[in-house]
Amino acid sequence: MSAGAELIRLTAADLADKLASGEVSSVEATQAHLDRIAAVDADIHAFLHVSDHALGVAADIDRRRAAGEKLGPVAGVPLAIKDVLVTTDMPSTSGSRILEGYLSPFDATVVARSRAAGLVPLGKTNMDEFAMGSSTEHSAYGPTHNPWDLDRIPGGSGGGSAAAVAAFEAPLALGSDTGGSIRQPAHVTGTVGLKPTYGGVSRYGAIALASSLDQVGPVTRTVLDAGLLHDVIGGHDPRDSTSLTDVWPSFADAAREGARGDVLRGLRVGVIKELPDSGFQPGVSGSFRSALAAMEAGGAELVEISAPHFEFGVAAYYLILPAEASSNLAKFDSVRFGMRVTPSGTPTVEGVMAATREAGFGDEVKRRIILGTYALSAGYYDAYYGSAQKVRTLIQRDFDAAFAQVDVIATPSAPTTAFRLGEKIDDPMQMYLNDVTTIPANLAGVPGISIPSGLAEEDGLPVGIQFLAPARQDARLYRVGAALEALLVDSWGGPLLDRAPVRGGVA
Amino acid sequence: MSEITPDLVRHLGVRRRIQLSDEEVERLTGQLDVIVDNIAKVSQVATPEVPATSHPIPLQNVYRPDEVGETLTLAQALQNAPDAADGRFRVTAILGEEQ
Amino acid sequence: MAKHKLMDFDEALELFEPVVGFEVHVELNTKTKMFSAAPNSFGREANTDLAPVDLGLPGSLPVVNEQAVKFSISLGLALGCQIAPSSRFARKNYFYPDLGKNYQISQYDEPIAFEGSVEVELSDGTRVVVPIERAHMEEDAGKLTHVGGSTGRIQGAEYSLVDYNRAGVPLVEIVTKPIYGTEHRAPEIAKAYVQTIRDIVLSLGISDAKMERGNLRCDANVSLRPRVPAGEPAEPLGTRTETKNVNSMRSVERAVRYEIQRQAAILAAGGSITQETRHWHEDTGTTSPGRPKSDADDYRYFPEPDLLPVVPSAELIDELRAALPEPPAERRRRLKTEWGFSDQEFQDVANGGLLAEVAATIEAGATPASARKWWTGEITRVANAQGREAADLVAPSDVAALQGLVDAGTLTDKLARQVLEGVILGEGTPQQVIDQRGLAVVSDDGALILAIDEALASQPDVMAKIRDGKVQAAGAVIGAVMKAMKGQADAARVRELILERAGQ
Repeated sequence: MSAGAELIRLTAADLADKLASGEVSSVEATQAHLDRIAAVDADIHAFLHVSDHALGVAADIDRRRAAGEKLGPVAGVPLAIKDVLVTTDMPSTSGSRILEGYLSPFDATVVARSRAAGLVPLGKTNMDEFAMGSSTEHSAYGPTHNPWDLDRIPGGSGGGSAAAVAAFEAPLALGSDTGGSIRQPAHVTGTVGLKPTYGGVSRYGAIALASSLDQVGPVTRTVLDAGLLHDVIGGHDPRDSTSLTDVWPSFADAAREGARGDVLRGLRVGVIKELPDSGFQPGVSGSFRSALAAMEAGGAELVEISAPHFEFGVAAYYLILPAEASSNLAKFDSVRFGMRVTPSGTPTVEGVMAATREAGFGDEVKRRIILGTYALSAGYYDAYYGSAQKVRTLIQRDFDAAFAQVDVIATPSAPTTAFRLGEKIDDPMQMYLNDVTTIPANLAGVPGISIPSGLAEEDGLPVGIQFLAPARQDARLYRVGAALEALLVDSWGGPLLDRAPVRGGVA
Repeated sequence: MSEITPDLVRHLGVRRRIQLSDEEVERLTGQLDVIVDNIAKVSQVATPEVPATSHPIPLQNVYRPDEVGETLTLAQALQNAPDAADGRFRVTAILGEEQ
Repeated sequence: MAKHKLMDFDEALELFEPVVGFEVHVELNTKTKMFSAAPNSFGREANTDLAPVDLGLPGSLPVVNEQAVKFSISLGLALGCQIAPSSRFARKNYFYPDLGKNYQISQYDEPIAFEGSVEVELSDGTRVVVPIERAHMEEDAGKLTHVGGSTGRIQGAEYSLVDYNRAGVPLVEIVTKPIYGTEHRAPEIAKAYVQTIRDIVLSLGISDAKMERGNLRCDANVSLRPRVPAGEPAEPLGTRTETKNVNSMRSVERAVRYEIQRQAAILAAGGSITQETRHWHEDTGTTSPGRPKSDADDYRYFPEPDLLPVVPSAELIDELRAALPEPPAERRRRLKTEWGFSDQEFQDVANGGLLAEVAATIEAGATPASARKWWTGEITRVANAQGREAADLVAPSDVAALQGLVDAGTLTDKLARQVLEGVILGEGTPQQVIDQRGLAVVSDDGALILAIDEALASQPDVMAKIRDGKVQAAGAVIGAVMKAMKGQADAARVRELILERAGQ
């Protein structure tokens, strides 16, 4: 392997160590990843925009390190950023035509913190338009392709970030998760993704989809890498009123503890009666069960728990999200920024707005806006949006009751492995059901992580296992996730991604 | 069965300032009909004694002090404007009323 | 514009019972906006006082201004309201180019204050209790300028320009319950109510309350219902109209009167009232229907997910309650005594809505009598002539300074009125106007004597008459001297000097 090819296969943690020791420069690491993007992204299409000054940023990090400045643990490591997060130096489209070329005058808080930590932004990654979707097929700029099988979806809405790390185009990526948009792509690409406790990471600068559900989180290849990135971006932000003031422990430390400690012994793992994985794709269920078995072998105790309201989760979600989104997306009206389409004749501003939004929004976005408007309408509010908010209460109560009996809850991260591009695009309801295991965490605000559990027997495609913890117990997910990861990687003889098809040629 | 009709879809499109085509209205009507049927079940469990939750993690009294912070420069404010004149955003004639 | 038929007011009141209600928007004078740390300023270059959330930039988020919440609670308390133990913000969703986000963050079913009442005193001392439904917090919209039409108004404009500087300024909206039993005094009560609100917010120090500047805005709701004989149950409430663009105290009174007359004419002719928003036109003294509301009535309110509930502690409420200034009614009683005015004198001040101005002028050093004289006299005269509010014309400190100059002999009353004119025109403080216009009374006897001698020279018989004992003959010379000095002389001193000259 060439030096570059070696570099890109390092975990972020290992790369960070080599950067800190001076064995590798950030310019070298950044160049290696830019080369990788050039080699494979025509096929993968993870990136919507590649930074034209990443090397300059990397060089600056190298210079500061050489001058003896004390830099943070991940300084010099390249980072991919989901296009839902605004950046001052690269366009932010949220996967939509209506924001083509939009240049934000401010950085998202997580981006600012990443820069301050010395991470090197490589570019903006592809996503379902306005984060609405489970396959990245709803991107206005064309889909992203799963590095495991280019005919298949990489998951959504954050398929670009997941594909980027799965294809070794970036060691770290930022994603956002409203109903599973970090965790489900992790599942279908054999990578790691975590949705923090609601409020754990600032939403300032994340283009809003559903304000009460959105969270920003790490997308990586290992649990430790996720912890390292989470440590950089998390914590209170006075610009986001919903951000928690908690002082968080180091998640990287929690991951390290999980990897070496005896975390699984006596751990009570809940399995939800009402989410029978028997109804899922057999290979998914099989991988899930074998991961659980590995945990039991490590000393964990499986407990069946009941969450009777989880079955209403998808319904509640597809009321709350569209309602909030229909309001959040009203700002895209051609007046202050974004696309403007002026119909012929002497149109009123109302006409310009309507023509712009018609041309600028894709099908899924329009669908959810109409649905959300309906759900909030006079006469329907109580039955729809109002009821959905009550289901949220009931789901929280289910979680409270469950966590009185168990330490973490385990589910498959999604019902199927990566389906083919185009397979579900014409059946929105079918698409929505992909989120059945991930949605409850967003509704309740609890944290969730997806780590690879293996490959499905029937198609050899990655499967992820999801863990959920009580609100504010994100560290527990890092400990448990890292513990299981260590077991599984050991049993596989190496990371799952080693088995992904090789792309882009190897020197 | 839900009450999603083409007229309703068109009306909602007008409300949300989206100039839907006839084809879109028809397609959306069918799709939304299915979706609403599936999600309507929330009202089954949403009984009166269950309180609604708008914020997943309960917080209250989140404020900032009344002190001037950073603002955008005029150039920043206008940097993405589709049309501006005289330091202001320009739009075509307005039909409706101020609220 | 169609001229509406109007029924005679008294006739209208014979046939119909008016029911009125008011929505007053108070702009708070916090340093920053309601939901962003951009400055809450006035008259600045367009689009220079903006935070990302004021433009609705993608990714931006609101954060609540603590001071605005405190001001709102204080206002609620001063209105006799209960303060909600927990209140929330809500999104009011509609599209309009003056909104940065195409929704306004307001409050819907959980306002910060509710169920209060305000005592309003009319010119003859009658007290009316106005019931308050609620007061809630919300944000203001930006400013639209319509270009290309003939009137600068929205109809016929080619395009519009948007300035978001004022978008996000904190507002408190005060909503009354329907007010019954106002009868003939409905217009008067309307005006007095708005004046009372103005007095309250000024005494709290939470708003500049200049109606001309839009710091205080009043929407008037008016409906009529037919009178029924005594003992019979009342008719249901009539359809109401909401009249906006009511930009002065005078307009409030006139608009209510007009709507009563207009609606009565329609109803008496067998027609029905359209529920609509109407615009008041100060120049023609009429209302006209507003343009159709494109979003009808459904604002699709839902709790604002980006903001958390406002849960004021009992300690905070007690602290704010303790800091409340005395209620306006009490304050009026106290001031009347302190100032030593007669009932009529005091009413003149109160009816002109000038209590705060007179008080401030006295605070700045003038006597009560002189403060009253200026405000209810010359300043009100100029205000009426220009169709503006007296309070907007000149600062109380300037009025006190002006009086001080008269007391010191630097100005005569007549000169002082000229100086006042200059101050109103914005030429500066009284002293500055004097210097720029060269208006000070000439106190140099030498100059006066010169003028006197000139005048005497052209009226030779006057001196003889004076020496004869007909001192009133001096009047002609005084007049001539005053004219020659362009009024910049103390007539009494001129007279003294003339008589001295004459040896009297």
